[in-house]
Amino acid sequence: MTTIEKEWAERVRAAAAARTPLCLRGGGSKGFYGGPLAGEPFELCANRGVVAHEPTELVVTVRGGTPLAELEELLAEKGQYLAFEPPHFGPGATVGGCVASGLSGPRRANAGALRDFMLGIKLLDGRGEVLRFGGQVMKNVAGYDLSRLVAGSLGTLGILLEVSLKVLPRPVAEATLRFELDEASALRRVNELGGQPLPVSATLWQDGVLHLRLSGAEAAVQAAGARLGGEALAPAAAQALWTAVREQTLPGFAVEEGGVLWRLSLPSTAPALGLPGRQLVEWGGAQRWLAGAVEAQAVRARATELGGHAVAFRGGDRAAGVFQPLAAPLAVVHRRLKQAFDPAGIFNPGRLYPEF
Amino acid sequence: MMLENEALAFGETEGDFSAVDKARVVEALGKVLPPGTLMYDAEDLRPYECDGLAAYRALPLVVALPTTEEQVVAVLRICHELGVPVVARGAGTGLSGGALPHTRGVLLSLARFNRILKLDPLARTAVAQPGVRNLAISEAAAPYGLYYAPDPSSQIACSIGGNVSENAGGVHCLKYGLTVHNLLRVRGVTIEGEIVEIGSGALDSPGYDLLALVTGSEGMLVVLTEVTVKLVPKPQLAQCVLAAFDDVVRAGEAVAKIIAAGIIPAGLEMMDQPATAAVEEFVRAGYPLDAKAILLCESDGTPEEVAEEIARVRAVLEESGATEIRVSRDEAERLRFWAGRKAAFPAAGRISPDYYCMDGTIPRKRLGEMLTAIQDMEGKYGLRCMNVFHAGDGNLHPLILFDANQPDELERAEEFGAEILELSVALGGTITGEHGVGLEKINQMCAQFTTAEVRQFFRVKAAFDPPGLLNPGKAIPTLNRCAEYGRMRVSKGHVPYPDIPRF
Ligand SMILES: Cc1cc2nc3c(=O)[nH]c(=O)nc-3n(C[C@H](O)[C@H](O)[C@H](O)COP(=O)(O)OP(=O)(O)OC[C@H]3O[C@@H](n4cnc5c(N)ncnc54)[C@H](O)[C@@H]3O)c2cc1C
Ligand SMILES: Cc1cc2nc3c(=O)[nH]c(=O)nc-3n(C[C@H](O)[C@H](O)[C@H](O)COP(=O)(O)OP(=O)(O)OC[C@H]3O[C@@H](n4cnc5c(N)ncnc54)[C@H](O)[C@@H]3O)c2cc1C
Repeated sequence: MTTIEKEWAERVRAAAAARTPLCLRGGGSKGFYGGPLAGEPFELCANRGVVAHEPTELVVTVRGGTPLAELEELLAEKGQYLAFEPPHFGPGATVGGCVASGLSGPRRANAGALRDFMLGIKLLDGRGEVLRFGGQVMKNVAGYDLSRLVAGSLGTLGILLEVSLKVLPRPVAEATLRFELDEASALRRVNELGGQPLPVSATLWQDGVLHLRLSGAEAAVQAAGARLGGEALAPAAAQALWTAVREQTLPGFAVEEGGVLWRLSLPSTAPALGLPGRQLVEWGGAQRWLAGAVEAQAVRARATELGGHAVAFRGGDRAAGVFQPLAAPLAVVHRRLKQAFDPAGIFNPGRLYPEF
Repeated sequence: MMLENEALAFGETEGDFSAVDKARVVEALGKVLPPGTLMYDAEDLRPYECDGLAAYRALPLVVALPTTEEQVVAVLRICHELGVPVVARGAGTGLSGGALPHTRGVLLSLARFNRILKLDPLARTAVAQPGVRNLAISEAAAPYGLYYAPDPSSQIACSIGGNVSENAGGVHCLKYGLTVHNLLRVRGVTIEGEIVEIGSGALDSPGYDLLALVTGSEGMLVVLTEVTVKLVPKPQLAQCVLAAFDDVVRAGEAVAKIIAAGIIPAGLEMMDQPATAAVEEFVRAGYPLDAKAILLCESDGTPEEVAEEIARVRAVLEESGATEIRVSRDEAERLRFWAGRKAAFPAAGRISPDYYCMDGTIPRKRLGEMLTAIQDMEGKYGLRCMNVFHAGDGNLHPLILFDANQPDELERAEEFGAEILELSVALGGTITGEHGVGLEKINQMCAQFTTAEVRQFFRVKAAFDPPGLLNPGKAIPTLNRCAEYGRMRVSKGHVPYPDIPRF
């Protein structure tokens, strides 16, 4: 164990004994996301640095407090990247926070989500024990897949000391095409394209315009571009667009005072929402953003009806619950899992669900 | 804290099921299962005595072959009430003894859950019952230009439920992912008889990622009754490069160089000379028999993309010292290249009365070291070994050849295998890449994990299965077992499992 790990293990054990809630804090960039923050601040940035990067193994292992930007820079130098395009939502975003919040960017529907790139973790649990699950290899089925379980758990299962992620070579070529299409036609189009062997790497529909990004080998991007038509964006404009989508700086994501930005995760073929508010559709139809003052009840009911779920992503009454409530048997499993990792209930209480 | 103590209790020692009363179990199950779906005579149980790992055999108390989810619920409720172990079984092709029956338990076969319930070409999803064969899904999707990507070599036989439970991979998973990457939803039944829906038609779900947790859980958490998978478009074209090398280590280095060049081939496999010789006799794939190792590297995509990638792969292979490079000229030749690789296991079965398949995964750059070590072990244990690898992701399948009828050959094969697995861990890898721990690698789990980690696994199991009735004794070793085995991970001078009694 490193000095930091020993010190933190002590602090966790003391907090567990005293039942003192801890508010785990990486870069402080995603404090808006999830349930309200509560507990004694526990700063995680000091535990930083790259443990190992073997470009030929397609794996990187970094400490939880490593700035995400630093990791991305390191990978870029070797022509690699995090294919799930994680949002930063602020300059200080850390890798631990990125994994804990489990968020993926525009490429998700095509390249996979953050959880798909998780290979292993070193975790400090609520008993102050340092545990390793998974590893640094691509295929590993020894023991339950606890590294993926921890991805997206919002710090409620433990402190991520280290994470190992699969990285990929950066695509050689990229192009973005623009089409004028209404919502229903755009939804149909992106789903049809999904069934064809084309190098689509992101989609965005907003205000009657569909943007498609293509990524891959030079020849493949060119051939697909020629086949699909549309109006090509200049490379700089395309780059700016997808960064603005990933970081939600596009005006469509803005919420007014008292409004809520809803994230609906739905089957890609789900029809138009038919709810009032501004909309952005990503992930080939599988992720829909809705900004406005819509009743939480109505949004959740509609998401359920369409076979998915809704998250109050920004704004709103966070204490009332941000994530869609769980079915009873799954809620029981969740409570037991939380107990298994954090028996004293000290890590980020209420951040995922008000009950734990 | 009740829950925690219970969990620990079944993580320390093996469960004791000696009190289970067969007559009572038969009577209770007979009330909920229609005639012909419950078997308890020894001759009817025999076909279920082992899975693909035939060295381990056991007869269950009874075999249940339910046809509906209600029957599964009823069976599990009864087993829960009577404290009877339950082992779920798909097609029984598993290679780690995962579906090996429990001698005091019910073997729950999902073989009759064999229908594809829905196929949605626009959404690119298929909903299948767990007993549906892997290949049947791709066949059903083919008319729409779609397929299910994970393609284990056993795909004509293995079930999708078994694939989910083992997180099965295939020769194309380097580019297209394992089962976990191609799964959207499962429906299952807990030991308490509760129906759970994990995942949905959307790409993610609220709460913890239980879908990932259930994938690869070897029938330890829930019994699956439905699976929704993603379908992907068939690439326009696929072409395969066959490269020969006069040295296995050099072939291993070529694999690392392809990846280093930023290429993710659709498949990247390696076979050593004993393996090519064995399959050549069997399927006549046309492999160069004088080569010490061959690589198969597949490229797929649009014709332009494939041409570009093949040119890059060829350049890397030439630079890596390949003695011969062939590119498949048509689909028939491509399939012939693969036929040999896919026939490796049956070929081993033809040249040797028995074989034992290992499944360690190591960092690619350690391939050469591992191969050299395996050669030394062949001498040490006096047994031959042929090597086939999912080289692209460092997943090794050494096939140890032996004859169980010869005194102590099985024991030597097992020791040989154990040494390979422990070396996999020492080289920074894992004891199993895709076949699962089952019963076979349970001792080696002690080498890979610490006491605290093993305890955590048992707590996670207890979150789904508090009484520990689903597939007991598999996948995660009890701490007593590790103490007995005595080869656990020692970190920095700490005595492993100090709090467990030794015998
Ligand atoms: C009283 C109080 C006041 C605060 N006021 C502000 C404020 O005014 N402005 C502000 O921006 N923030 C504030 N915070 C910070 C807040 O703690 C963080 O925003 C929040 O904890 C999320 O951390 P993050 O965004 O840095 O983590 P990110 O790096 O963005 O991570 C997001 C999630 O991951 C978890 N996490 C991060 N690193 C790890 C890790 N290594 N292991 C496990 N989980 C991890 C976090 O707990 C969080 O749930 C305040 C906190 C407290 C307690
Ligand atoms: C010739 C050959 C080649 C192979 N090649 C590969 C390969 O390339 N890649 C690979 O990954 N594997 C391979 N395997 C191993 C095996 O085919 C896979 O592990 C497969 O996923 C097992 O599926 P099955 O239906 O046979 O499961 P079974 O063997 O019946 O069961 C496997 C495990 O899953 C559990 N299980 C099964 N069904 C359910 C259910 N409905 N609910 C809950 N638990 C369940 C069982 O309890 C057991 O623990 C190969 C095997 C053979 C014999």
